[in-house]
Amino acid sequence: MTKDYILEMRNITKEFPGVKALDGVTFEVQRGEIHCLVGENGAGKSTLMKVLSGVYPHGSYDGEIVLSGETQAFRHISDSERQGIAIIYQELALFPELPIYENIYVGHEIMKGYVIDWNEIKVEAAKLLKRVGLNIDPNTKIKDLGVGQQQLVEIAKALSKQVDLLILDEPTAALNEEDSANLLDLLRELKSQGVTCILISHKLKEIVAVADTITVLRDGTVVTSLDARERKVSEQEIIKHMVGREIENIYPARDVTVGDVAFEVKDWTVVDPASGREILHNVNLNVRKGEVVGLAGLMGAGRTELALSLFGNVPGYDIRSGEMTLNGKRMAFKHPADAIENGMAYVTEDRKGNGLVLIQDVKFNITLPALEKLVDRVVVDDNEEIKVANDYRESFDIRTQSVAVKVNTLSGGNQQKTSLAKWLFAEPSVLILDEPTRGIDVGAKFEIYSLMNQLVAEGISIIMISSELLEVIGMSDRIYIMSEGTITGEIDAKDATEEKIMAMATKTVEEAV
Amino acid sequence: MRTEKVMGSGQKKESLAAEVRSLFVSNIRDYAMYIALAVIFLIFTITTKGLFISSRNLINLVNQTGYVAVLAIGMTLILIIKHIDLSIGFVAGFLGAVAAILLSNGWNVWLVIPTVLACGVLVGVYQGFLVTKIQVPAFVTTLAGMFMFRGLLSMVTAGTGTIIVRDRVFLQLSNGYIPDLPWGANFDFHLLTMLVGIGLVAAMIFSQVRHRQSLIRYQFKTNSPTIFAVKQVALSVIIMVITWIMASYRGIPWTAVIVTVVLLIYNFVLTKTRFGRHVYAIGGNAEAAELSGIKVNRVTFLVFSSMGLMAALAGMLYTSRLASATPTAGLGFELDAIASSYIGGVSVGGGVGRVTNTIIGALVIMSLTNGMNLLGVDISFQYVVKGAIFVLAVAFDITTRKRAKA
Repeated sequence: MTKDYILEMRNITKEFPGVKALDGVTFEVQRGEIHCLVGENGAGKSTLMKVLSGVYPHGSYDGEIVLSGETQAFRHISDSERQGIAIIYQELALFPELPIYENIYVGHEIMKGYVIDWNEIKVEAAKLLKRVGLNIDPNTKIKDLGVGQQQLVEIAKALSKQVDLLILDEPTAALNEEDSANLLDLLRELKSQGVTCILISHKLKEIVAVADTITVLRDGTVVTSLDARERKVSEQEIIKHMVGREIENIYPARDVTVGDVAFEVKDWTVVDPASGREILHNVNLNVRKGEVVGLAGLMGAGRTELALSLFGNVPGYDIRSGEMTLNGKRMAFKHPADAIENGMAYVTEDRKGNGLVLIQDVKFNITLPALEKLVDRVVVDDNEEIKVANDYRESFDIRTQSVAVKVNTLSGGNQQKTSLAKWLFAEPSVLILDEPTRGIDVGAKFEIYSLMNQLVAEGISIIMISSELLEVIGMSDRIYIMSEGTITGEIDAKDATEEKIMAMATKTVEEAV
Repeated sequence: MRTEKVMGSGQKKESLAAEVRSLFVSNIRDYAMYIALAVIFLIFTITTKGLFISSRNLINLVNQTGYVAVLAIGMTLILIIKHIDLSIGFVAGFLGAVAAILLSNGWNVWLVIPTVLACGVLVGVYQGFLVTKIQVPAFVTTLAGMFMFRGLLSMVTAGTGTIIVRDRVFLQLSNGYIPDLPWGANFDFHLLTMLVGIGLVAAMIFSQVRHRQSLIRYQFKTNSPTIFAVKQVALSVIIMVITWIMASYRGIPWTAVIVTVVLLIYNFVLTKTRFGRHVYAIGGNAEAAELSGIKVNRVTFLVFSSMGLMAALAGMLYTSRLASATPTAGLGFELDAIASSYIGGVSVGGGVGRVTNTIIGALVIMSLTNGMNLLGVDISFQYVVKGAIFVLAVAFDITTRKRAKA
């Protein structure tokens, strides 16, 4: 039986100076299927999609692209869009100050003569929103939507362009479990309407749940293409193909004796002065020496806000009440500098946005928060800095040619390791990790987890904010669950299940309805 | 040949030609600036039949560049942290007039100079306060400052018109030369100037060799010995030629001494100290800097204060040069300073820039002014030329950076 391919990419080879990003990749997608593309960071997934969409124009790569039987030579993204291909990137491309309907039709407005037909646009936008299952007034501004809803608007935008082949790059990376589940349902729905999807994701659980075909890339080549319709493919099997070896346990075991309380927050109530809204209400939590405490919850539960308000309060929240105690002493940090000085560190969830200085090199970033350690009278000791950075490069296995390489050229996993190194150089006793493994591949995740174990063994206390429930359960000793700015539950990791956590994470949400 | 080892890759020894090529490609931004400067020199030398390259004119060029260079150094920091200061032209003009007034009221020059510098810092403190504490955008704050200081300059010069400065020490700032050694009279050139030049060459080679050694120790990429030697010889020759030009005239102008001292201090602070790192970190990613414990507001405040200080210094250099304070002093200085910084390679996106290169940028701008003045080019047309060179430089900068990224 000949299969009906909507897309055939044959023998694609793409070289960058010094690296072969893709080496003879053949990638075939059948009409109407959900095709998942997996692989470690740097395996070539994004490059392959950029070749497909015309970001890398025809001629800059070898091989051929055949779309519904016709050979294509895209020179620009607009060429591929015209052929019904739409890509939704991890970083959303919406205008926060514009309403939904304008965002959906920006660039291909419906015209009546020489003027835009706003009424028609609003009507069509409402239809599209219904199709993606978003029950929201199309006049709502994007900035008032959650990340999950914004993702749906992006999909509606793609659908408005009569898309046949929809490519989603890590669509659920920033979503909580509930929004992720909704999104996957939508993909199934679109499939039934005849839209073909290519899904790039690191979340293997989702892939196993939704995929018809799974193609695994490694080091710029296709390792295998698995048909998930014939038989059930396990996560373990995918991991094995991705890393080329079997990782027995994704969450490495540790054997650490937990000590006394190192950090404690009591009755922490915080108001956002911009909106006057109470974003944190009577938060109580503590973490012991050598303990990993998980902080679970849905997007918008206030976990990052909590971390920021504790760590020197950069957003300038109004802290109404509460006290924090660090190593037995009461603290009030006016600036992250105070927090750092007293042994606290916060690894941000957004390493590109507010974690790293991307245009600077690895050593600059690693030494930034504790530069005074390298200062001899007034001069920063460059040689010592290189030595320090090289030590971290080795012990954290940051894969880079040298520590003088700019951070923006590193892969996500290596950037995250640089972020961690930066904060460990400041020698914290309490380390807050905000989504430490977001958007990084399985191998790098394992390395981050191992590092965490090593750190708690050295007596550091870790608070880990994570939206991946399995990660929270797998890595924590104890878990707090947050919802709408309050702690709605505390559970020992041994007794925790995804269902229990989800129940507590949605507690006040249900009560409020 | 372990010095040619490229970290982490098993590359073979590069041929000399290949190395020159790769050196040129990776540093095209810097080299382009030097080439541009050389071309400007060449064109003006030809069109003015050698007048441009004469010792007298080159010394004149140095004195002319002084105040712009000082402003541009301060501006470089402002631009690195992604702010702007439009007020400095008239701040300089106003403070220059204040200096002239104080002098004509009989103040001692050694009291006037620190007083005016302190006033400059105050202006910077005021603008820095608005930008950091009140969060008024720098563009607005300094545009308002431009209005106000323009008005103040008109006010203080309204009664008298141009204020003549007669203090001999003050006039030395932009018109005088360093004294020679007692036994310098035995030579037909300025002895101390030659000795300083030779000292500079020695210091430069010494520091370059040390830098290279530390690169080798850490197995970073270094140039081959040939290239390294050629570079040192070339730089030495340039320094000695400049030294000779000055020595055969009347020695090193005080302006050059002042600018060099300012340059050395700023370069040291930016490249060697924590404060300098913080400036680059803020320019690269202010949010990340803040979360890394850098007090962004404090650094910003200090950068604006330093800008005020430089504006005061520039104002005095300019007043000294004209031997008078005029009601229009400072007009357009900020544009020259901003253009110098950008031509010198400060990134439009912030976070990148070096004061040493900014000086070259200032020389480019002022060579154009000087050369066109010699040729008697109409001032209106001069603006057109400078604007064109400016936008070309930034366009070139952006294209080369884009290519480097791809």
